[in-house]
Amino acid sequence: MYDVSYRRAGTVPGAVETFSQGDDPKYVAGGQTLIPTMKARLAAPSELVDVSRIEDLIGICEDGDRVIVGASTTHAAVHADPLLGRLIPGLAALAGNIGDPMVRHRGTMGGSVVNNDPSADYPAALLALGATVRTDRRDVAADDFFVDMFETDLEEDELITAIAFPVPKRATYAKFPNPASRYAMVGVMVAELADGSIRVAVTGAGSSGVFRWREAETALAATMDAAALDGLSVDADEMLEDLHGSGEYRAHLVGVMAKRAVNALS
Amino acid sequence: MTQVSMTVNGKAVSAEIEDRTLLVAFIRDHLGLTGTHVGCETSQCGACTVHVDGAAMKSCSMLAVMAEGSSITTIEGLAPTDDTLHPVQEAFREHHGLQCGFCTPGMIMSATDMIRRYEGRLDEATIREQLEGNLCRCTGYHNIVKAIAAASETMASSGMTDEGEADTATAAS
Ligand SMILES: Cc1cc2nc3c(=O)[nH]c(=O)nc-3n(C[C@H](O)[C@H](O)[C@H](O)COP(=O)(O)OP(=O)(O)OC[C@H]3O[C@@H](n4cnc5c(N)ncnc54)[C@H](O)[C@@H]3O)c2cc1C
Ligand code: FES
Ligand code: FES
Repeated sequence: MYDVSYRRAGTVPGAVETFSQGDDPKYVAGGQTLIPTMKARLAAPSELVDVSRIEDLIGICEDGDRVIVGASTTHAAVHADPLLGRLIPGLAALAGNIGDPMVRHRGTMGGSVVNNDPSADYPAALLALGATVRTDRRDVAADDFFVDMFETDLEEDELITAIAFPVPKRATYAKFPNPASRYAMVGVMVAELADGSIRVAVTGAGSSGVFRWREAETALAATMDAAALDGLSVDADEMLEDLHGSGEYRAHLVGVMAKRAVNALS
Repeated sequence: MTQVSMTVNGKAVSAEIEDRTLLVAFIRDHLGLTGTHVGCETSQCGACTVHVDGAAMKSCSMLAVMAEGSSITTIEGLAPTDDTLHPVQEAFREHHGLQCGFCTPGMIMSATDMIRRYEGRLDEATIREQLEGNLCRCTGYHNIVKAIAAASETMASSGMTDEGEADTATAAS
């Protein structure tokens, strides 16, 4: 790892201020993506501004018809949270299948969302549930937030403070984990929102990162049954292709995982 | 350089280190506690697992400065005295849960963490799933799983898991 200087922020304005004084700074939360990347010398910020202990960024609460998850809340805390377990159990379950226990004890929702890894789990949940990303300066709808793989709508110095999830009627996530890395080969969240609309979001598969499968949404809105997806498919040419699987393989898995998610809805 | 202070295995420690120092390097090179191993250095293998404020984490994937003020437990700090073993260590010996031993410190730190979270209620499938972050190149895992199941039972029946923080959602899923 190249040399770096480390600062711990205590407040949101303090973090943004420290960031603005840096040469080539980066925020760090759990560090479960950034530290390995720095060790591999694929990232070399000159300053790290640690936001993992800012109290306002930690915790989960109910706010009207939404659940607000602080950006620095760990995957383990999301998984074990009783409020989420009651209101959005599909999201709590998703968090419990990210990586492994050690990664879940440090990694945060904010860090995962900012990173927008095409195989990360949370982006599918934000998109399917119609969540809003709250930052130190504005609110961004998930539909506008995820731009391309590893790319979001955030400004360089913008700090995510929380994610607001509207409580759905029901939502489930089905993941086919890569057997080696545990990231999603394909992960699909199917959600029926409070207004009865259906959203289907797919991660792990798309060559531009997470996406909504509109055709499946229309079909499921007509009939909420796995059989409604028979004959539908995503374009294999728009899927990721790597040593883990071809575009065709991933396109097939999208259909399989979407059906599993529908079958698990209760 | 930054001055860091933390508690390691019950002892207060403090040192001036480069900010980029990994926690595992601090533990091994600065404190001389070489029981914590470095297997992959790429966050995959779990050989470097320690407890930070009671929860298992990969010490190769965090900076020492991130643990400022924390309480760390390493494999050296598990057994109550120098000539006794912690029940999980004892179970690994009893059930032949190791061959070369390289993964063992990490396995044991993960095992004690999962037994705490599940309050000693662990079945084989759960143990295997919870060992996702620990790789072993020798044993094929069977005896590791057996050892953890046995230790979990011993600890539950002797009341050692009572203080465990319930990870309710995990236990229910
Ligand atoms: C072995 C292993 C397995 C994994 N498996 C999975 C998996 O199955 N599924 C999955 O989804 N992920 C997986 N991950 C990734 C993990 O979930 C990471 O925790 C997550 O991607 C990043 O969160 P973090 O808090 O660690 O972020 P960091 O690594 O600290 O930061 C990531 C990026 O976000 C920025 N950042 C962090 N917080 C903020 C904020 N509040 N505002 C603005 N910018 C911010 C940082 O500058 C950095 O660019 C795995 C990781 C490992 C090491
Ligand atoms: S050395 Fe830390 S995970 Fe392998
Ligand atoms: S006993 Fe050799 S790596 Fe596990």
